[in-house]
Parts: sequence; structure tokens; C-alpha cells
Amino acid sequence: MEPASQGLRESATFDRATIHAIQRAAETGIYDIRGWGAKRKLPHFDDLLLLGASMSRYPLEGYRERCDTDVVLGTRHAKQPLRLDTPVTIAGMSFGALSAQAKEALGRGASEAGTSTTTGDGGMTPEERGHSKHLVYQYLPSRYGMNPDDLRAADAIEVVLGQGAKPGGGGMLLGQKITERVAGMRTLPVGIDQRSACRHPDWTGPDDLAIKILELREITDWEKPVYVKVGATRTYYDVKLAVHAGADVVVVDGMQGGTAATQDVFIEHVGIPTLAALPQAVRALQELGVHREVQLIVSGGIRGGADMAKALALGADAVALGTAALIALGDNHPKHDAGYRELGSAAGYFDDYQDGRDPAGISTQDAELSARLDPVEGGRRLANFLRVMTMEAQTLARACGKAHLHHLEPEDLVALTIESAAMARVPLAGTDWIPGAGL
Amino acid sequence: MATLIDLGERPVRELNQALHCTAATSWRVLNPRGAHAVACGVREAHAIDVEGHVGYYCAGMNQHATVTVHGNAGTGVAENMMSGTVRVRGNASQSAGATAHGGLLVIDGDASARCGISMKGADIIVGGSVGHMSAFMGQAGRLVVCGDAGDALGDSLYEARIYVRGTVKSLGADCVEKEMRNEHLTELAELLKAAERDEDPADFRRYGSARQLYHFKVDNATSY
Repeated sequence: MEPASQGLRESATFDRATIHAIQRAAETGIYDIRGWGAKRKLPHFDDLLLLGASMSRYPLEGYRERCDTDVVLGTRHAKQPLRLDTPVTIAGMSFGALSAQAKEALGRGASEAGTSTTTGDGGMTPEERGHSKHLVYQYLPSRYGMNPDDLRAADAIEVVLGQGAKPGGGGMLLGQKITERVAGMRTLPVGIDQRSACRHPDWTGPDDLAIKILELREITDWEKPVYVKVGATRTYYDVKLAVHAGADVVVVDGMQGGTAATQDVFIEHVGIPTLAALPQAVRALQELGVHREVQLIVSGGIRGGADMAKALALGADAVALGTAALIALGDNHPKHDAGYRELGSAAGYFDDYQDGRDPAGISTQDAELSARLDPVEGGRRLANFLRVMTMEAQTLARACGKAHLHHLEPEDLVALTIESAAMARVPLAGTDWIPGAGL
Repeated sequence: MATLIDLGERPVRELNQALHCTAATSWRVLNPRGAHAVACGVREAHAIDVEGHVGYYCAGMNQHATVTVHGNAGTGVAENMMSGTVRVRGNASQSAGATAHGGLLVIDGDASARCGISMKGADIIVGGSVGHMSAFMGQAGRLVVCGDAGDALGDSLYEARIYVRGTVKSLGADCVEKEMRNEHLTELAELLKAAERDEDPADFRRYGSARQLYHFKVDNATSY
């Protein structure tokens, strides 16, 4: 008999996950490290709705009239900005955290859909470069695998200051994933628990960052767009400083953004939701007079065309996917449920990316597990998903009368909750009230 | 005959573009006046003499070139160098040779904090002293300090090797003094010779990783 049917009542404060966490800590004496992003309920794009056209607005015909989707990133300073067919990109995820097959699949899928993918900590693999039409090279504090030849081979450079899952935190790749190849790329002993620094080794603060960006531009002869990626915290100020430092593109990653291995307490309790960060970033760009000149990419919990359309309406130029892209490849698929259960998890719950025993062959370096993921099939699935996202966003944009996804605007949105209205700075549905507006 | 570029009259961009597009030859760079990113991203075996002080990231990500700074260098000289030789005749600021994967960096004077931070295979020889947190998280390569070392030398060290002739103010987490065996005396003598220095290897002490923090254990939590 179910306990609830006996009248037993579960604590909202000490729910089952909390009780388990306390018991686990008491048994092991160490905090929980896991992958994925924040799992708590947060204000998100679901709390916004689009206002379709009716009497006062003129819609576009869904299956006939154009709704363009292209985006150009890096127009401010770069000689060769990125020209993408759709404003949804693949976020940085490392070879090491992910298998070579997964990285190849991400490259294949992104390329087929006409968009970019991104390296991660540990450098660029030939598989990834070879299968990615547009590849963004992350420049991280650890500089593992950092190589000027790869920098020049990239299509854009992303200076990473932080990520939404752990703003202010470095990284950890546990020893079970430090295979000979991963260790060789990172110049580390095989099998050690590898630490990635939280601060860059040769610059501190925004004034230094401006000089660092200058150096990167000089090395690449001012050809490549330079992105600056921040985890969402003090977003208004961070975006302003990134612009002053010379960024072509600012990437803001909200706290729902994923990670390969971070302390659970960090994931759930540091940073702000994507929905709260995005309007701050747009305001910063607008106040500096560079909105649309410095492009804004937003990530952290983007799951489909509706999230994309709403993010663009709030002023983003593009969105980026991490977790959703892995799910498209096959992460948390029911067909792997038995494998997940052997690890003490289940399909739909699996977040032990740090562990290296991923039954889907995605977040692993184990040769046998990795071989389960066919990069061609994975790429096809991802491309399908990206196309569906784009078509979904077009459907919504046409309904709002927009001939380009970038024509969506805050005026097209209302909020379902007071919190989301205050964060997104759009009116509560059915009212003209924006909490905090005019203060 | 060296090609002359006067940074008092021409921008750094012009210098770097020329260095990136020209086959290996000799260059003299005049009036750097603390300019940043001088001779960075060079891929050819140029011989580049910079006559004066440079700002941040001089010879950054160097490959194959020999760069000599006849003055002082700002932050991050030869950062992420892959190969070649960079020599600073004066002093160097913070993060000299940061994350450098290969090549030889010689600083005749002192180097400031975080010299050789996250070094990944380069050899760094400092004629004077180094500041705090030098060789922090050093992964590979050799750091030779002919003077003294500041606080927390070699903190969280991986496999980089450190030789210090003078005093060490303090060692960082997991960095320990190690026995100086014959092979170390031999490699140190080679490094000093490469840097054109005449110190006696027998006067140095060797430091390296105790390798106790390579695996994350709760028992080590107070060591970090």
C-alpha cells in the first residue's frame, strides 16, 4: 500500500531527495558531485507566453510566408564573423567529459543544421574539427590542450570566465575519465583526478581581459570573432565589462546550464536563472548602445523552439544548447533504462556524467560504452532536433507576424507569474503591470 | 641585416602581421614603450630583438622564434609558448611563461608572482628571484630559480620539476623537497648552460610533487 493512501504525509522541507542527501553525506563524508544543471524548480521560459496576432497585429501565413532564421555572430571587430543558418548553437562541452563519438556527433548534427559547435576544456580533437563546419574554440583557465594552431583553425574564440552551473568554480574531471588520450591532450598523468582552475593564469579583472583579447586578436590577425562567456550572476555588470573589454559576442549561461562534474550544492545554490539574467544582459547592451552590434547568446535550460523564440523576443541574438543536445543524442533514453538502474539511477533521472559509466556512451571514455553511440546516427538525431526547434520558433514568430526570428520583441510576451514578470520585465498576463518597472 | 620596425611610428598590428606572413629572418623592434602583444603568435624561426620594455603577453604562444627583450617584460611574457626561445634581459612581471607547453624562457632578472603557473612542458630559467605561487599547478617542464622563491612555491604541483638556488619562503600544498640525484644535476647543468649561466648545479635544491593530492579524498580537504 502506498504510504500516502495510509494518510502518511511527506515533509515538503525534508523531501525524499533531501533525506537521501543527508543519509548519503553521513555515510560517505563527502559532498555529492554530479553532472546536469540545476534540478530545482525555477522561473523559466515556461512562465512566459507569446501574444499571437489577432485584430491589432497581422500574422504571417504559416506554410507560405517567409520567416528567416539566419544570424551573424561577431560583426563588431572580426574580419570573418560566423554566419549561421539558425540562431541555436551547441555550447562548449569537453572531449574528456564526453566521448569522442559524442563530440563527433555534435559536430555532425550542428553542421547539418547549419550552426556551430564548441570545444571545451582539454582542447580540440581532429574528429570535432573535421566534422564541424563552424567550430568555436574555448579559451579556458586551465588552458589544457591550448594550442595556437588550433586557435587559428577555429572559426571563433570563446574566452570562458565561468558557466551557469558553477559561476566562480573551476572544474574536476575524475580519474576514471582521464584515459591515456585525455591525459596526453592535457599533459597530465593518466588516471588522476584532474582539476581545472577557476581563474585564468595570466590575467585578472576586466582591464587585463581587454589586453588578453587584444593578444588573441593579434595572434589570429583579427580574423576570428571573440566571445566572452560568463555564468549568470551579476549579469548586468559582467556584460558591460565584457563589452568594454572588447568582446564581439557575449555568452550568458544561466544556472540551469549543465556541467560534467560539479558539487550538487554549487549547481543548486549559485547563480541566477536564465530568465533573470537575459533582460539584465540586454539592458547592459542597450545602455552601451551596442545591442545587436555585440551579439548575445543565451544558454541554460533551453529545450525547444518555444524557449528559443522567447529568448530571442527578450533580446538574445541566439541561444545555445548543452543538456538538450545530449538528450537528442540519446542521453536518458528509455532504451538505456536497465543500464541506468544498474548505476542506481533511471532513464529521466541520470546525471552521473562525472562517473564515466554512461550506458548511452556519451559522458564516458570507456571504449566499449563509447562505441554504443554511432556518431552518424547521433548527428542525424541532433540535426533533426535543431531543425524542429527552428521550425517551432518560426511557427511562433509567424503567429506574431514576424518575417525573421529576430523581429520578435518583448512586446510579444506576457508573464504568467509575478516573479517571471519582474525578471523578464514584461507585463503579467491580462494586465499592464510589470513589477518593479519605473522604480 | 635585420629588418627594422619602429613601434614609435608603426602599430603593433603591422609588426605582428609582418611576422606572421614572412619567412624566417631577423628583426629589430625599436621603441616598444610598453606595448602589449609584441611579437605574439609567431610561427616562424624569426630572430627578433626588441629594444626596450614591453607590456603584456610579449611573445605569447611563440612557436619556433627566438625573441630577446632588451628591457623588462610585463605580465604573461611567453605565455603558452609552444617552442622557440624567449629571453628577457631585465625583469619580468607576473605569470611569466604561464601555461607554456615547450621552448625555453630565460629571465635574466627577477620574475614576479606566478612565474610558470600551469606550465605544461616549457623550461623556465630565472636569474634572480621569483614571486609567490610560482609553478602553481605546474604540469610538466622545469623551473630553475637562481635566486629566492616566494610563498607557496609549487602549490598543487603535478609533474613539473623545480630547482631553487636560494631560499624558499614556503612550499605550497603537495610540494616537497626531493633528493638531488645525478640525473637532476645533469639536467640542471644543461638548463643553466642553455641559459648561458654559470651557477653551480650543486648549489641548488630540487622540489617536486608529493603526489598526495592527485586523487580527491575527503582526508585531504584541509590540505587544499
